[in-house]
Amino acid sequence: MAKPKVAFYWCASCGGCEETVVDLAEDLLGVVEQVDIVLWPVAMDFKYQAIQAMADQSITATLLNGAIRSSEQEEMAHLLRRKSRFLIAYGSCAVSGGIPGLANEFALEQILKFNYEQAPTLVNESRTRPQLKFGEDGREVSLPALHEVVRSLDQVVEVDYYVPGCPPTPKITKAALGALLEGKLPPKGSVLAPDVALCEECPRKQSRPVDLSFSQFKRTHQLLANPELCFLAQGVVCLGPATREGCGSQCPAGNMPCTGCFGPTSRVRDQGLKILSALCADIAAKEESEINRVLEGIPDPIGTFHRYGLAKSLLRRKVDLPAARDAKAGL
Amino acid sequence: MNAIPSPASTTPPWRPRIVAFFCNWCTYTAADLAGVSRLKYASNVRVIRLMCSGRVDPQFIVEALVKGADGVLIGGCHPGDCHYVEGNYKMLRRFRMLQRLLQSMGIEPERVRLEWISAAEGEKVKRVVNDLTEAVRKLGPLDLPQKAADWDKELAELEEKIQAGEAAPAAA
Repeated sequence: MAKPKVAFYWCASCGGCEETVVDLAEDLLGVVEQVDIVLWPVAMDFKYQAIQAMADQSITATLLNGAIRSSEQEEMAHLLRRKSRFLIAYGSCAVSGGIPGLANEFALEQILKFNYEQAPTLVNESRTRPQLKFGEDGREVSLPALHEVVRSLDQVVEVDYYVPGCPPTPKITKAALGALLEGKLPPKGSVLAPDVALCEECPRKQSRPVDLSFSQFKRTHQLLANPELCFLAQGVVCLGPATREGCGSQCPAGNMPCTGCFGPTSRVRDQGLKILSALCADIAAKEESEINRVLEGIPDPIGTFHRYGLAKSLLRRKVDLPAARDAKAGL
Repeated sequence: MNAIPSPASTTPPWRPRIVAFFCNWCTYTAADLAGVSRLKYASNVRVIRLMCSGRVDPQFIVEALVKGADGVLIGGCHPGDCHYVEGNYKMLRRFRMLQRLLQSMGIEPERVRLEWISAAEGEKVKRVVNDLTEAVRKLGPLDLPQKAADWDKELAELEEKIQAGEAAPAAA
């Protein structure tokens, strides 16, 4: 009997999710034995044409990581959706836009202008920018176009399952692959991580304050954090209460607060707004100027509350940005 | 046979649409008082009654805007007078942070307002609703649903191109 086909693909991503697959270590061999990997750009040399030639739904599962930001990534998302029985959004970028999603605070033109013209260490007097097409000696090459908006995978194609994390852990990856290969799958659309807040599995749970009351917000460089006390009790912003468990609380174990990469539980629509609500409601101050002073302890609300989920937040993007640039703009 | 009027002539002109979250004990009662007193004020506000302004989840405010509201008004008891003691303070603290976030996300701060209106202040309900309606009218429609649809055109264009069989899609 033919081994099930599996594909790994990366879009707007950092490569960390690919690392997790490699971090399966000895368990990876067990996976590789049971499946036929048909696409894995970082590790293996398969071509897009081979995927295009396959019958629809002949790939059992595709684990696609990275956000969708370019026309090529959008095309590949559609192609892999057609060719796969199960399409899995793997990692925070595919699940909710991830760190690349923060680009939705800016117009594409601002980002390109900074990177090709304004960056302090840049030398590019002619203001050369990549172009979509270039022809020389009768040959033409092209680059994918960049979208104005960064998107999660399910904002482009239908997704069967979500594996959260930045990156996901080897443990939940193994569980997801195992469930797929054994056919023991939860309902379509499920997030393959527990539906409970991180506080439940956090080793600092005992000292979580019953009555939260921040007199100020501290960021991690502003104190020597006590490695045993709940971060909230120390005045440090921790997104644990608004984030799924399943990661093994690696960040608190490393004396760093949770930044929310596993995304919200099923009971929350917008993780960033929910944690904003939870943390800010319980500052001690009652007087306006004091309230504002304490809130200044969080200088970047979007980066703090919507770090991994801006593209999937209710607003998705800074609303006064253009929907498109003019046709001559190039990339 | 009468000519069927063109869509343009039957589209009503834009009116500000404001969603209001009023607390049961103070602001909603004040709105009742305004009604009973036959006070006339702008009809652009849709009122949602909650037990306390502290129940107002920032998700409600943002969802109202995302679904097409041009403005949001939250009404609660004056500080110190909350029926549940501290609920309005929680609202105030959340609101100050939410204002900063909304501004960073390109939404004019004048569109979202928090007011303390006690049960006896029917006149204040009239004044605040009229004020906010005027302020929103000057700002114009927010129309986030249309903006989101415009953003997603860049996907639809690609769909059409794939179906038309083009090889490499060009820029916008």
